[in-house]
Amino acid sequence: MFGIYLKRELSRRKKAALVIALGLALGIALVITVNSVSAGMTQAQDKVLQSLYGLGTDMTVTKARTAPTSGSSGRPNFQFDAKSEDDDSTQSSDRVMTQGGQALASSLVAKVAAQQGVSSAVGALSLNVTKVDGSFTQGKAKSSTSGQSNQGGPGGSSGGSMPQVQGGGASFDVNSYSVGGVDVTDQDLGPLSTSKITSGRTFTAAETNAKLAVVGKSYAKENKYKVGSTFKISGTKYTVIGIATPDSSDSTTDVYLPLKQAQTLGDAKNKVTTIYVKATDSKQIDTVKATIQKNISGTTVTTSADLAETVSGSLSTASDLATSVGKWLSIAVLAAAFLVAALLTSSAVSRRVREFGTLKALGWPSRRVTRQVVGESMVNGLLGGALGIGLGLAAAYTVTAISPKLTAQLGSTGGGMGGGPGGGPGQQSAQNTMEIALSAPVSATTIALAVGLAVAGGLIAGAMGGWRASRMRPADALRSVS
Amino acid sequence: MYRLTGVTKRYTRGKETVEALRGVDLTIEDGDQLVIQGPTGGGKSTLLQMIGGLDRPSTGSVELDGVDLATISEAKLTRLRAEKIGIIFQAFNLIPTLTAQENVETALVPLGVKPAERRERAAEALRSVGLGERLGHVPTELSGGQQQRVAIARALVKKPKVLLADEPTGNLDEGTRDDIMGLLEGLWHEYGLTFVMVTHDSSIARRAPRLATIKAGQITLTEQPGARQYAQQAPGVRAY
Repeated sequence: MFGIYLKRELSRRKKAALVIALGLALGIALVITVNSVSAGMTQAQDKVLQSLYGLGTDMTVTKARTAPTSGSSGRPNFQFDAKSEDDDSTQSSDRVMTQGGQALASSLVAKVAAQQGVSSAVGALSLNVTKVDGSFTQGKAKSSTSGQSNQGGPGGSSGGSMPQVQGGGASFDVNSYSVGGVDVTDQDLGPLSTSKITSGRTFTAAETNAKLAVVGKSYAKENKYKVGSTFKISGTKYTVIGIATPDSSDSTTDVYLPLKQAQTLGDAKNKVTTIYVKATDSKQIDTVKATIQKNISGTTVTTSADLAETVSGSLSTASDLATSVGKWLSIAVLAAAFLVAALLTSSAVSRRVREFGTLKALGWPSRRVTRQVVGESMVNGLLGGALGIGLGLAAAYTVTAISPKLTAQLGSTGGGMGGGPGGGPGQQSAQNTMEIALSAPVSATTIALAVGLAVAGGLIAGAMGGWRASRMRPADALRSVS
Repeated sequence: MYRLTGVTKRYTRGKETVEALRGVDLTIEDGDQLVIQGPTGGGKSTLLQMIGGLDRPSTGSVELDGVDLATISEAKLTRLRAEKIGIIFQAFNLIPTLTAQENVETALVPLGVKPAERRERAAEALRSVGLGERLGHVPTELSGGQQQRVAIARALVKKPKVLLADEPTGNLDEGTRDDIMGLLEGLWHEYGLTFVMVTHDSSIARRAPRLATIKAGQITLTEQPGARQYAQQAPGVRAY
């Protein structure tokens, strides 16, 4: 009887059922869309962060920033020899500095790795190389002789000849690029993990101090480097063994060298600028961060969550919109849909006073009448849920199909390897812009949430209508008939 | 057997209190037929509600076979209605979306009768009131007289001890009225029901063996031993 009665009543009140279902559907569709777009934003942010950290890196440890000591400018200086007259040959000078001018002792890598909750830790050294190429041409001094008088001021001689410098000058080309010193024994973590070797090979574990280099794709293209090419840094010749293509960003290092080579170049023996850390449990990152900061003083620990805060641009704006406006909008629409469903159900019960009164007079217990009302309401809720899931999936599919492009500006926190080529020596925060296509993945959890909301909507509306129906007395119901 | 003692029912409307029944004393033996008549607002329907366990008196007691309907729990009262009392309404009160057979079945639902048996008993009850060909019709496809027959089948399908009718012919024309009254009285005779009916219709009231006239909440009983009943005139009523 329950099923037959329910089916007949719903078909009789198709319009009312449809209005309730559509209200719930709208709310549920909005929740699915906001959830899936938020998931897309998170994926996009993860992509951005992975380009900085590499997959698997949970946090980085860098030296805490200190105020520059007096007398150290932190700026590069170049020395060129004065050459003899007539010698205008090209001179070249490389100035190699550790990025940010801040480095940690290599021994800290082992200390960090030994901390509770740390799965592995790898050190890397980030250098900035500024290369100046060019030549000086000395000017030639010529004496002025005939009848020229110098009307100089006091102390000037009169009637003598004055030498004049003629010609001469300088032409220099300044080129800056970044070098990453890589721990060749563990390349799953660290700067190279953000890139794929698309040509040649990477370092072997034995090449800890080899004069070999892996070059970033765009830097290789710019300088026409191929596997087998050679180049010099501060007079040391390196052979290119591989070309690395960054996973999703151009914000990677230009040249990768074995760590020891980088330390030698940067005059930073047993030093690293960044320690890449992988935690044993990704849910315990904050605890691990606190442990490292507590046990190893003078360091800054940056997690992907910290780094996410430095992401700005349309990705950040859209993400903020999705999490704030979108969340509240879906809550508001959902609450309104629940309220409308509850009011319509309650109103429908009021119109059926005679019907429910008759059933009670026939001996139907209140719980059976309530069950009937809740059952009808649940079907409305589930119908709304099904419609809402359909609408939500369509909206999410549309967003994914359109794939709107979002930009993300990444401000490095002074740690990490995110400085990239744009980060000059002494520059503490560099910015890189990435373009990310937004998708809206719908997870099983989101669908489960939608079904849950549909059931909740049906139950709330049914509870209100059922409560009203259960409070009816058969005599009152029959009295209203006459 | 019904025994009503000092039954008073008060309704409060705003600041005003209305006494619909004032100290009603009444006894109805098993198998009796009692017709309640009186002016509108006199308390007829209120008295029927007390007898039917649809409402409780403000003071006094309404005993059915020794059980006081004024004081038993709501659950027990509901169960008692389901088992012992069949009710027929002036406006038929059929569920508009259910067929005639399904409407009759609703009276068996609270008794926990299995669906197959429910269907069979409902069909049999409808055949007994002459609607064997209308089992699958919804109320809007039936005439007023047919709808009231469905309501009668619904009231009787559970084989109740008491049959209550609130103006059962109030919405019917004269010819149909006689048919329905003939049917009801035939069934009363057939099953030995206790039959209590409220009516405005004096021609019906005159035919009742006992007449209760209620005015301003007070009852006057009249015995009419020579009353000629509809059942003697009505076409044959078949038992089911």
